[in-house]
Amino acid sequence: MIEWANTIIQGILTGGLYAMFAAGLAIIFGVMRLVNITHGDLIVLAAFIAMVVIETTGVNPFVSLLAVIPIMFVFGYFLQRGILNFTLGDDLLPPLLVTFGLSIVIQNLLLEIFSADSQRLKAGSFEVMSIQLTEGLSIGVFPLVIFIVALVMIIGLQQLFNRTRLGRAFRATSDDATTAQLMGINHKHIFGLAMGLALILVAIAGVLMAVRTNFDPTVGPSRLLFAFEAVIMGGLGSLWGTLIGGIILGVAQNIGAKIDPGWQILFGHIAFLIVLVFRPNGLFPRTRDD
Amino acid sequence: MTDSYNVLRSTRASRIGSIIGLVLFIVLVSFPTWGDRATMRLLVEMFYILALSQMWNLMAGYGGLVSVGQQAFVGLGGYMLFLLTIHLGVGAVWTVPLAGLIGAVVSLPVAFLVFRLRGHYFAIGTWVVAEVFLLGFAQIKTLGGGSGLSLPVSVVKSIASSRAGRDSAIYWTALFVVVAVIAIVYFLLRSRHGLALTAIRDSEEASNSLGVDNFRAKLLVYIFAAFGTTAIGALIFLTKLRISPSAAFDINWTTTVIFIVVIGGIGTIEGPILGTIIFFLLREPLADFGSWYLILLGTTAVVVMLKAPQGIWGIITHKFDLRFFPVQRRLELKKDD
Repeated sequence: MIEWANTIIQGILTGGLYAMFAAGLAIIFGVMRLVNITHGDLIVLAAFIAMVVIETTGVNPFVSLLAVIPIMFVFGYFLQRGILNFTLGDDLLPPLLVTFGLSIVIQNLLLEIFSADSQRLKAGSFEVMSIQLTEGLSIGVFPLVIFIVALVMIIGLQQLFNRTRLGRAFRATSDDATTAQLMGINHKHIFGLAMGLALILVAIAGVLMAVRTNFDPTVGPSRLLFAFEAVIMGGLGSLWGTLIGGIILGVAQNIGAKIDPGWQILFGHIAFLIVLVFRPNGLFPRTRDD
Repeated sequence: MTDSYNVLRSTRASRIGSIIGLVLFIVLVSFPTWGDRATMRLLVEMFYILALSQMWNLMAGYGGLVSVGQQAFVGLGGYMLFLLTIHLGVGAVWTVPLAGLIGAVVSLPVAFLVFRLRGHYFAIGTWVVAEVFLLGFAQIKTLGGGSGLSLPVSVVKSIASSRAGRDSAIYWTALFVVVAVIAIVYFLLRSRHGLALTAIRDSEEASNSLGVDNFRAKLLVYIFAAFGTTAIGALIFLTKLRISPSAAFDINWTTTVIFIVVIGGIGTIEGPILGTIIFFLLREPLADFGSWYLILLGTTAVVVMLKAPQGIWGIITHKFDLRFFPVQRRLELKKDD
């Protein structure tokens, strides 16, 4: 019994990381109506940038974020303005195929530069500290920190979107880019900022992921799938939904892993497909995807 | 009252093209009798990649269904080859059409799931399904689990007793598959279903308002592509004689095909043919560069999508009005009216 409680608690905490992956994807879709197939590879890219920063300066992974966040923000802004803005329109094909192509390019560039070796960022004793809840049930400090960061991230995004000038511009552009333009908003710039913002989340998620698990240039696509499943399960347009979706995914994967290690990822996918059958608009839909 | 126009369904290029095509076909059919083994193997690979490209192009270029999960059906076809030959004693070459039928049946529940995802999300949904196939087949112990299995010698020998005989049999099967796929796609697109698909490609709303059942048309295309892709999957692993989940459900099947179709020209029959030729021409000299080849292809596909979304064939038809596979109807005014 206590073992299962443990499995579920670990799953919930893992869900925090998935919610972070998902929040970036949700913002990109919410503002630009763009499904970014490169998302997972950008998470891995952030992890490798952090690795380079750590190797050259010797700082702690969390301190490396001071460099990784601005790098990813600038990268995101120019990725959007230089390439992705030109794919937007009524046709579905260009954004999908361009981000798919970029995904392959980034993956293979990382492979050429860093080889296929598995990597991990070391954060010292902090990684293995845990809090004893009761007899036989303890939770890791680091997974708990990740979960809290995810909570803070979602609350922060909610505030940004609802309370600030920039958030209003995001929402206006998302609703109707042409009208927003008439009101003096440069939608190309706004899209660039939205992608930059999404890549800030990607930077944080990427570094936390890299401390928690091993990574290599090929793990991007599976992170994209986790993010995507969390977004759809939670319900499109809902930031809190991404957290719920992430948690369901994390719990399902941990239950699967407990039964048989080979079933970990499969159980996550199956949970997603079950939600898709019974609640095709997700559990907490706010906008309809059309 | 007589019509003052003619409906043209062929072009001069298509009439010349059909003669060239016939000559090419005779050359290719007779190839095993005079060609060398290495070239034959390369041709077989070109045939199945081209066939896969035509299937993906029909779905994405005409049906507007961008799937990045077609490896689900490639792998399914591969496994059906092993299942049907080893456990049911079906002749190896016959597994190709049978696998296609199984793929079409399997595509129904898959479509039930992924068609719930609109537009962009459909793409990633198909990818999830492909991952489920990969992880699921890795759990089936009788099919070798995660490490896979080889085709038993008895099955291999049953294709033909000599190595040359087997090579020829597989070559002709592959040639038959690619010619059949192109012919079916061509005649499908020339039929009224093709007209409906072309209308959907150009505008979903407009085609719907003119009485096209978009959902039905897309579903049929999806099922047909699953049929073709699964059959091709069985053929692919007939040439490889060994299968494992990671090889069968490799995303690279879809990646390759997407790059070929995008670079060659999406939404045309000629585009994937040109794309396949370019893919193999570039691959030979660049094979030693590993990842750089994929980086080059990916970059080219991105640039094509941004600068010339109709692909290289699109540029050619625009400049020279050249159509070897005229699927459109063109109106010509009668002069004497």
